[in-house]
Amino acid sequence: MSSRGLFSRCALILGLVFLYLPILSMIIFSFNNSRLVTVWDAAHSPTLKWYVALAGNEPVLRAAWLSIRIALVASTGAVILGTLAGVALARFGAFRGRLLLAGMTTAPIVMPEVITGLSLLLLFVALQQLIGWPHGVGAVTITLSHITFCMAYVTVVVQSRLAGMDVSLEEAAMDLGARPGRVFVRITLPLILPAIASGWLLAFTLSWDDLVITQFVAGPASSTLPMVIFSKVRFGVTPDINALATILVSIVATGIAASTVWMRYQQRRRERDVLLAAAANL
Amino acid sequence: MNNQSQVDTPPVPVAADPNAAYVRIANVTKRFGDFAAVDDVSLDIRRGEIFCLLGGSGSGKTTLLRMLAGFESPTSGTIHIDGEDMSAVPPYERPVNMMFQSYALFPHMSVEKNVAFGLEQEGVARGEIKRQVAEILDIVKMGSFGARKPHQLSGGQRQRVALARALVKRPKLLLLDEPLAALDKKLREHTQFELISIQQRLGVTFIVVTHDQEEAMTLGTRLGVMNHGRIAQVGSPSDIYESPANRFVADFIGSVNMFEGQVCEGSGDCLRIASAELGCTVRAERARASAAGATVWTAIRPEKINISRRPPATAPAAAPENLVRGTVREIAYMGDMSIYLVQIDSGKMLRVTLPNMTRGRDRPLTREESVWLSWHGTSPVVLTE
Amino acid sequence: MVAGIPILWLLVLFLIPFLIVFRISLSEVRLAIPPYTPLFTWHNGSPLLQLHWSSYAFLFTDSLYVSSYLYSLKVAAVSTLCCLLIGYPMAYAIARAAPASRSVLLMLIVLPFWTSFLLRVYAWIGLLKNNGVVNNVLLWLGVIHHPLVLLQTDFAVYIGIVYSYLPFMILPLYANLEKHDGALLEAAADLGARPMRAFLRITLPQSIAGILAGSLLVFIPAVGEYVIPTLLGRPDQLMIGRVLSDEFFENRDWPVASAVAILVLLLLVIPIMWFQRLERRELEAK
Repeated sequence: MSSRGLFSRCALILGLVFLYLPILSMIIFSFNNSRLVTVWDAAHSPTLKWYVALAGNEPVLRAAWLSIRIALVASTGAVILGTLAGVALARFGAFRGRLLLAGMTTAPIVMPEVITGLSLLLLFVALQQLIGWPHGVGAVTITLSHITFCMAYVTVVVQSRLAGMDVSLEEAAMDLGARPGRVFVRITLPLILPAIASGWLLAFTLSWDDLVITQFVAGPASSTLPMVIFSKVRFGVTPDINALATILVSIVATGIAASTVWMRYQQRRRERDVLLAAAANL
Repeated sequence: MNNQSQVDTPPVPVAADPNAAYVRIANVTKRFGDFAAVDDVSLDIRRGEIFCLLGGSGSGKTTLLRMLAGFESPTSGTIHIDGEDMSAVPPYERPVNMMFQSYALFPHMSVEKNVAFGLEQEGVARGEIKRQVAEILDIVKMGSFGARKPHQLSGGQRQRVALARALVKRPKLLLLDEPLAALDKKLREHTQFELISIQQRLGVTFIVVTHDQEEAMTLGTRLGVMNHGRIAQVGSPSDIYESPANRFVADFIGSVNMFEGQVCEGSGDCLRIASAELGCTVRAERARASAAGATVWTAIRPEKINISRRPPATAPAAAPENLVRGTVREIAYMGDMSIYLVQIDSGKMLRVTLPNMTRGRDRPLTREESVWLSWHGTSPVVLTE
Repeated sequence: MVAGIPILWLLVLFLIPFLIVFRISLSEVRLAIPPYTPLFTWHNGSPLLQLHWSSYAFLFTDSLYVSSYLYSLKVAAVSTLCCLLIGYPMAYAIARAAPASRSVLLMLIVLPFWTSFLLRVYAWIGLLKNNGVVNNVLLWLGVIHHPLVLLQTDFAVYIGIVYSYLPFMILPLYANLEKHDGALLEAAADLGARPMRAFLRITLPQSIAGILAGSLLVFIPAVGEYVIPTLLGRPDQLMIGRVLSDEFFENRDWPVASAVAILVLLLLVIPIMWFQRLERRELEAK
């Protein structure tokens, strides 16, 4: 192993440690009995009391539920719009407004959230003055805002997958008599489904986790989970946050691990099939 | 325009006039910006034949094929298939099917579903689809593979499925894009003959695009050689090989020895050409009349040149024709034949091939040996362009 | 039609709002609903355009705002550089790992991203506090005798940004490095180049596109970061994201907040367009 290879491997390991240190500390301290978040109370720990406290924390639970509902709607909306945009950009060649669409689907990815949030709120205010809708800000405005910035990510994912897909598959379908709509439904869609699914998950996470934009477009009545966490964190760190973090990490880790295992299994099966076919020969 | 000696090949099991243009490509041009990928091409393709479009990359053959399929529209010109103008017809409404170079089998569908796809688009009844699919799979010898998915098939098997899928609708025209390119040598030979047999059995008109001369010569009943978007020559394989119409075709197909010269005498049934490059007078018997003094090129195929240690007995002593002296510089032994590179007085290298007719030839030719090269008067091809 | 729907949506909900922000930046604050002066007033029966450039004048002349802008750019630049220095070797290691391990490693890199961003930043508070984990460990080891002030410093902000944006740097770099032909390095070695030389002359130049994409993906949003400086940063020097938010929510000065936003946009318009061009080239090169 060359010295350079060793250096980068060390960097990788250290980097992973760096990435997981905070997460691990939260998990460990979620079982800490002491109210002082970082002082380990060896005498009475580990304990589940913060998990219990969390279960009974009304505002947190309500906020979590709101966040989930908004994220479900927003990610679905983002996927629909993002897939349309991705297909248009990847398959339609030059069309009027192409540059505009390409620009509007890459800008939200890098745009600082304070700017997006401010602009969306001012839009809603202006709309309200103009046409009387929306009646104040709340879950609806949050959802619309989330769809807007999430769809950009979905577009990139879908467009990337389509660009990498063999165009001759769709041409073959057309050649065999299928009209463009049919081609999309029976050939393209099934093949980009994994990309759409990961786009959906991505949008869900982005929406569910969003703070800044939501703060601008939420009203006093709606509090999403990030907003609740943020106010808790600003005014003093409370240990039940650690419990919340641990639960989240566990859910995510399980999900990702499960999907990775499943994908490896699929991959192995495919490789085995290919080998069998080659061995059997013509 | 070209020295086209039409030799019509008959094996076409259809009734209609075998010489009628089934596919008429008329003055078709395709531009991408300033670049003309296909430049004023006119072709007639006959029903039931296997027509091969042969050319290197960038010759325009694939673009022409895609225009036939409907994936590109000609910038100018028209395409008629069985009398119908295809200008406004999208690919999914054309009576044309294509076998893609990458096979383009739908990875998420089984072999059966892949082949059935085209029939489903036509609204054919379920039972009838099953029957037709089974029939075509049997013809391509993939009958027992119906439930497999494409990734579970080898390259040759995938090719058969792609063929079946394109043939099941019995299209008027089947387009094949480099059908044998992905196969290894042995498989290629085997498949070539299978393709011909399937075509004759079903009577579908094939248009094959390929860069491989051997493939084109084996498969095609007629060939069209393309160069820089234009048709260089159309004809049967032997026409193209023995009577190339221009220097490009002569050079592109097989190997050739080419010399520049001036016509000294252009009357009667033969042409006499003085060539400084060659260092002798060429007497060409099968050539069109040409004005004296005109610059022409003479092309002679390597296998048509005789190589010997002594000059042939029939040669006139003075002013020898079709006879030249040289020194053997390189010998490549290929097993069935040997290739000799012979350098003549002018410095130019001639390529001569000889079949190795006797086993263990006594006194074979060696390097640096002095030899005489001669050829029959019918061998040279005289080209003006 | 297919393209029309997303274009329409984004026009209304993404592009037009920027115009509205601009329009409001040209008003003056007012105690009313909405809290800014209207664009047109009526003067003897005909409309008169009212443009107030006072917000911009205010921002340019008040040193607080100027220093906020400069500070934000500085923090974003330093963080991007750190991210690159840490992320490049990591991406390189993953690209050179065995294909089977690569997906696992990528999953490990991406997993934190799927958990709450807010919570992970919050975790750093616990680590960097005066009686936080880092200080406790260092004190226990005897390396220091008084707790280090790590929280509410520039250092904490750098850590926060690098930590949160590291996956955004690693993924484009990895995508680029993964495509490199290993045979090139072998050819270089065969011709006598030492590994470092080969890296500098072959790998690095080829990865420029990845470096640029990753850097822009970190730098541009980092300029307007709000959460990290608020939780981890100095109270005496604000980043521009916080300034904007304060103007809007605390001072209720919509025109000034809008002007701040427009100026940030102007600062970032070139990097944003650069990023768009890189993305376009990447997606259309396939």
